[in-house]
Amino acid sequence: MNISDSAQPPGPSPRPAAATLEFREATKRYPGQDAPAVDALSLEVPAGEICVLVGPSGCGKTTAMRMVNRMTEITSGDILLDDRSVRDRPPAELRREIGYAIQQIGLFPHLSVAANVATVPRLLGWDRERIRARVDELLELVSLDPHETRDRYPAQLSGGQRQRVGVARALAVDPPLMLMDEPFGAIDPINRERLQNEFLRLQREIRKTVVFVTHDIDEAIKMGDRIAVMQKGGKLAQYAPPAELLMYPQGRFVEDFVGADRALKRLALQRVRDVDLWKAPLVRVGEPTAEARAKLADSEVRYPLLVDGDRRPLGWLSEKGLLGERVEHQLRSEAKPLLELEDVLRDALSDLLQEEAQYGAVVDHRGAVVGVLSIEILSHALRTDPDEVPHGADAAT
Amino acid sequence: MSSLFAQLEIRERTDSCVSDNGFCPDWIVDNFDRYVDPFFEHVYLTVVAVAIGFAISFTLALIAYRRRRLINPVTQVTGILYTVPSVAAFFLLLPLTGRGTTTALIALVAYVLLIIFRNVLTGLDNVPDETKDAGRGMGLTDRQLLWRVEVPLALPEIMAGLRIAVTTTVGLATLAFFAGAGGLGGQIFADINFKSNVVVAGGLAVLLAGVLDGLILLAQRAVTPWTRAVAAR
Repeated sequence: MNISDSAQPPGPSPRPAAATLEFREATKRYPGQDAPAVDALSLEVPAGEICVLVGPSGCGKTTAMRMVNRMTEITSGDILLDDRSVRDRPPAELRREIGYAIQQIGLFPHLSVAANVATVPRLLGWDRERIRARVDELLELVSLDPHETRDRYPAQLSGGQRQRVGVARALAVDPPLMLMDEPFGAIDPINRERLQNEFLRLQREIRKTVVFVTHDIDEAIKMGDRIAVMQKGGKLAQYAPPAELLMYPQGRFVEDFVGADRALKRLALQRVRDVDLWKAPLVRVGEPTAEARAKLADSEVRYPLLVDGDRRPLGWLSEKGLLGERVEHQLRSEAKPLLELEDVLRDALSDLLQEEAQYGAVVDHRGAVVGVLSIEILSHALRTDPDEVPHGADAAT
Repeated sequence: MSSLFAQLEIRERTDSCVSDNGFCPDWIVDNFDRYVDPFFEHVYLTVVAVAIGFAISFTLALIAYRRRRLINPVTQVTGILYTVPSVAAFFLLLPLTGRGTTTALIALVAYVLLIIFRNVLTGLDNVPDETKDAGRGMGLTDRQLLWRVEVPLALPEIMAGLRIAVTTTVGLATLAFFAGAGGLGGQIFADINFKSNVVVAGGLAVLLAGVLDGLILLAQRAVTPWTRAVAAR
């Protein structure tokens, strides 16, 4: 997986490895309060993974995150960044190495977008040319047009654009660790989903270690490689990958927090490409009927799927199409629903139910059929731990 | 310099307009050089008083911004200075500093402290918390945060405070001649019953207030371009 790093476009800055992060009994007590805000939090975040801190308000998730860059000082315990205690570092110096993005974004209203993004590079004394190049690179990275946005003030941007600038600013010096506190919290649901997807796409490229705070369990499941569920009193209730959390929630609190529909939520964790598809009995017009029948016998699907020269689906073939010597263009129904490899299983299931179909053809991004997804496969996926399912598009054999 | 008994000099000419106490353009043209020196004394008093007042109260505001418990004492002291009537202040200071520009400046400076202090502090306090949090979170030191983020963002309020301070000071400086510091006030009171005189001297004071106010407004627009940024189309 890490081999793909070499395929990244060369930037003006060398790409430092992502950092490992470890909380060791990290505790925060505010004077005058009996209960600690964060209570002996211990967890490890491997390099390059997104760790989501999730929980109801007042559970200490934000405090826990802010202890990492010493915006909140640790009372006892420790936090190690690449095995080095954050307490050994001067706060300002430490913070410049850690990307920081918050819900309210906090762009500097008096500075242009470019100057906002250049904040930390300037603190580190980069030269002008390097900063310019980096700013443009970052704006492109977060899908903003540098020429159009560079010289604008934050007030001239839409909410989504501001959020992107905030992320670009946090990424400016390519920090090995990013702290994100509800970064998409103040965005409308549609743009929010877009930003989430963009960030996940971005993360596949940049592979940062990320601490991501949210109160929304769905967001946590979507964004997290690991999820730390916290409960009142700053206690860690469970720390696990999303699938495990949904399969085996520990205790009533986590069970309630992940919700009664956790089985369905698990379907949102996997994409069509993640499961073993059925082999599709693909036939073409003019093909010998015997061959088509052989393919049909070899498949769980009951009807052959008629495709064109590019393996694009034309429809399900009726019995009549197989009566002659060669396959004829006789359809019993359209190839609906048409599922895509990148669809999450939850959406695929919804499409199948919508069409009242038992199975549907799956196409790749070019529209060519790669297999068949059935309700049976989906119910199997619900029973198995998603992590045991081999990843990758060509799992179907 | 001008004294309270100067009217004898001023109306020495005996043309009919002057003796009828009318508005006399001819007299004004002939006598305009009488007003030049007082005018520049007035400019000097205003600019120097506001500059010193700004230096003191801006510093006080920066200190109080970080040490909040200083806000009340500073507000109270500058508040008292603000309430003492200027003429009274001039006379109170006379035994200490004597007659002259220094006395006038002390009273004028004392008067603007509260205005500027409050505006600077309000400006700093109005900087959004998330902006400060983001700045700190990115690794700005307190000093960098102050000079690169907080003070620039407080500029609209700071400049608004300066405008009030300047216009007020132009007005108060017309009383500075009581302290023996000259200014346009001396000219006004030289013959307060002579319309032409009052119109010219008073008019110059009003003009000065307007011009200084306009200059600060221009400066404010120059240093706060972001406040005019219009939302995206």
